[in-house]
This record gives sequence, structure tokens and C-alpha cells, in this order.
Amino acid sequence: MSGQNQPVSVVEAKGLGLTFTTNDGPVQALSNVNLQIGKGDFVSFIGPSGCGKTTFLRVIADLEQPTEGTIAVNGMSPEEARKSRAYGYVFQAAGLYPWRTIARNIALPLEIMGYSRAEQRERIARTLDLVNLTGFENKYPWQLSGGMQQRASIARALAFDADLLLMDEPFGALDEIVRDHLNGQLLELWARTNKTICFVTHSIPEAVYLSTRIVVMSPRPGRVTDVIESTLPRERPLDIRETPEFLSIAARVRDGLRAGHSYED
Amino acid sequence: MTDRLRDKIVPVTALLLAIVAVWYVGAYVMNAPFQRDLDRRGGATPTRWEFVVKTMTQAKPTLPAPHQVAVNFYENTFLRKVTSNRSLVYHSWVTLASTLLGFAFGTALGILIAVGIVHVLSLDRSLMPWIIASQTIPILALAPMIIVVLAAVGVTGLIPKALISTYLSFFPVAVGMVKGLRSPEAMQLDLMRTYNASQWQVFRKLRLPASVPFLFASMKVAIAASLVGAIVGELPTGAVAGIGSKLLSGSYYSQTIDIFAALVAGAIVAMLLVTAVGLAGRLVERAMGARPA
Repeated sequence: MSGQNQPVSVVEAKGLGLTFTTNDGPVQALSNVNLQIGKGDFVSFIGPSGCGKTTFLRVIADLEQPTEGTIAVNGMSPEEARKSRAYGYVFQAAGLYPWRTIARNIALPLEIMGYSRAEQRERIARTLDLVNLTGFENKYPWQLSGGMQQRASIARALAFDADLLLMDEPFGALDEIVRDHLNGQLLELWARTNKTICFVTHSIPEAVYLSTRIVVMSPRPGRVTDVIESTLPRERPLDIRETPEFLSIAARVRDGLRAGHSYED
Repeated sequence: MTDRLRDKIVPVTALLLAIVAVWYVGAYVMNAPFQRDLDRRGGATPTRWEFVVKTMTQAKPTLPAPHQVAVNFYENTFLRKVTSNRSLVYHSWVTLASTLLGFAFGTALGILIAVGIVHVLSLDRSLMPWIIASQTIPILALAPMIIVVLAAVGVTGLIPKALISTYLSFFPVAVGMVKGLRSPEAMQLDLMRTYNASQWQVFRKLRLPASVPFLFASMKVAIAASLVGAIVGELPTGAVAGIGSKLLSGSYYSQTIDIFAALVAGAIVAMLLVTAVGLAGRLVERAMGARPA
């Protein structure tokens, strides 16, 4: 798919640490995270709750400020990257505005970024097609199922053509059948758009199925314990999950997670 | 339709009948001593039933019977020209005008204060205690001062009365709107931040639409408070028109039936106003895509 193979870093973290000051004293959410994410990568972050995977995503998005180390997004500081609208963010909940139709929800970032009416219409149609929601433009969020709402929120994040997509457990609240379906669609979308995707999850099969790289993290303090390069092909039918190759990667992820835990106990 | 009959009409009617029954008993008990006095001095010896009827037909009863109020209300509402100063429609209209003006001011002021509190930290820290203190002052004490001070600077007529309504109605709107403007979750605000949205855009596209249900809920309280404010504003000023003046002149001349009829008129106006706000709220929410209840 992608023509250029020169390593372009979309995200580059060096010695990154983040300590929250809470009423119960300081809590170290991230410690010495070194990570490089290249253009077109699909990177999953997996780990138990409290391992800092969401925090790391929020640091990339300039929603949290690191207290140690450096991080660059597209070669800029996260703040500059945010201001140049370098990424789209998908939260665990769809968070669509109940008072806007699906089309107008997708138009929200476009309105804020000052796209013309005609451009908005064109982009709404295009992104709705990307997430297979064409025909639902004029429905309100409550008229859609949870999976469809989450797809609409992905469309909203895609609408302004950011090259980086940050997804924080986007399918965590959905049942497994819908989740499988959306995973397949997400891979398809990734292949069509060649975006860089950072994906937080706590499902091992989901991480292995989707990613080109899997970052295994462990808690207290949140740190990276393993980075696994996937040897699976980019083209991935659903039944790839029964192949020995898939299972061996999954086993390695599980081992990494267990190692992180035993370290704590 | 039968559901509506069972759920609404039957219980409401039953309660109304109970109130009317208690009211009649009350009217008999309250008016009986005066009637007994009257009969003794006049040497009348009515039968038990005649006596009961007499307690219900006095010209200036201590507590008028429901039918006396109903007849008075009917005559002064439907049988008078609406321009006559005996018409309750005329008096209601006078009160309604200042209620609506005061309500409009109060809503605008309440929203303005809420916007300030939500966006300016120093206002957030300083304003609320003053606003709450303002509502602990009895409006009955404050109303004459407002009227007198404004009259001294040449402002008379509708505006001073409306300002008393404003004083009462801005409070629920301000409190409700602060809550409404702060109702978007952290995630919604984070999302706006990822778009690098300006504070104005966050307000216009997120906070304001999210606050609409809160606005209408507090406007229901505010419009009832506005009506109270307008009536109270008519009391100390010797106003010649309005429900308040009707109450005042009724008490001067012991026209208890007039007082009760004016109270009924006020209650009906209040009911209509609250219903109208509720209806407007429903229409707006429907237009904003709310799930039909």
C-alpha cells in the first residue's frame, strides 16, 4: 500500500514520565517510556488498568502534560501538534451531541476549523461512507445502536483528515460480535486511508488482530515492558485468528502482561 | 384517552372536590359567629338550614364560600368590558405585562451572570454569595424602596414593577444556567480541546446547547417568581391597576370576595405562564432532536 518506506516518526517519546499530584500524594502514571511510532503504523497499547496506556495517549494529544522526558508529535511539541490539528481522537464513549444529527455531529470539528459549507457536505458524505453509515445523516444519536454511534464518532475524528488517529478503547463498551465487525471495518479503513493509528485496548485478540506493533505495558509505575512487531500480513481476514502465527503472538503478549504483573506481586 | 382520564382527570377532580368541601365547612365555621350576632340583634330565628345558607351569602364574609368567589370571578371576567377597571381581565393584563417584562429582564440577567460565573474565575469565587444574599432580603421590604428610588430619578410606570420581578426571577435562572453550562462532561471538553476550539466555540457549540433543558426548568420557576414580584410591586405603590392593587383595595374595603376572585385570577395567570414555558421548552427540545417521551 504505502509507497514511502523511509522511517518518519509520527510519535517519538524519550524517557517520558508523568507524575500526578493527588491528595494522597504523588502517583506515578508513566515512567521512562521510550517509544517511536512510524508513519502508517497501527500500534496497540495493552495492559491492565492503571498501566498508563490511556495517559500516554492523552500525553500525545496534549490533554496531559508530561513531568519528565520529551515527546514529539510529527516533529512538534504535542501542543503545536494539537493546534495544527494533527490528530483525531476517539474516546471510549461515542460522545455524540444528542442535539445534533449524525451529519451535524461529524460537521462539528469542520465548523470549528472553519471549513466551507460545501466542503463540509463533501467530507460528511465521504467519512460516512468510510464507516458505512451512509443513509443515517439525518438520524439523531439515540436512533442508532451503540456500535453505529461509535462508528459515527470515528467518522467525526476522520472528517478533518488528520494523519494520526488516537483511539482510547473505542470498542470497549460494545459486545464481542459488534466488536469483531468493527475491528474488521477499522482494518479496512486503515488500509484505505493509510493513517497512523494508536489504539488503546485491554483485549489481547483485538490487539493482535489489529496491530503492526503491540506495546505491552504494566502498572505502578506505568511503563513499557515489551514491544512486539507483528509478523502478520497487512491483509487480515477474521479467521487469521486461528492461525498458529496469530496464537504465538497472542501468547507472547500474554507472557508480557503476566511478567508485568509478577513484577508487582 | 382512558389512560389520561384515569391518570390525570380523576385524581385532580377528586382533590378539587375535597378542597371545595373543606372550604365550605371552613366558610360555615368562620362566618357563623358574625351571622349569629347579626341574627340576635335583628331578632331573627332562622331554621338550621336557613342559618347555613345565610353564612354562605354574606356580602363581606370572613371567608367567602367557593360559589361566591366563582360568581364574582365569572362576572368580573366575562361580563365586564375588558377595558373596565372592574374587569379581572384588565387587571390581569396589567400584572401580566410587568411580569413578562420583568421575566425577560430576569432571564437575560440570569444568563449573563451564569456566563460570567462559568467563564471568569474571579466572578465564580465572588458572585454567588452576593446572589444568595440578595434572595434572603424580603422582597416586601425592598419593593417600596425600589419604587421610591426609581420614582425619584424619574422612572415610573411599568419599569419599576418589572424590576421587582427581575429581582426575583434572575436567581433561579442564574443558578440553573451555571449548572447547565457546566453540565458537559470532561470528555466533551477534552474533545473540544483536541479540535483546538476557542472558548467562544466551546460556549456556542457545547455549553449553550447542553444548558437548554436546565434553562427551561429554571425559567418555569422564574416566571412564577416574576408574577409574585409583579403583584408585590403593585402593593406598596398604591397602584391603580393590576392584581396586586385589586388585592389591596379589597382589603381596604373588606371586599373579601373580591380578594379571593383576584387570587383566583392570579393563580390562573400563573398556571398559564408556567404551562406556556413548559410548552415552549418541549417545542425547543423537540426541535433539538430529543427522544419523544
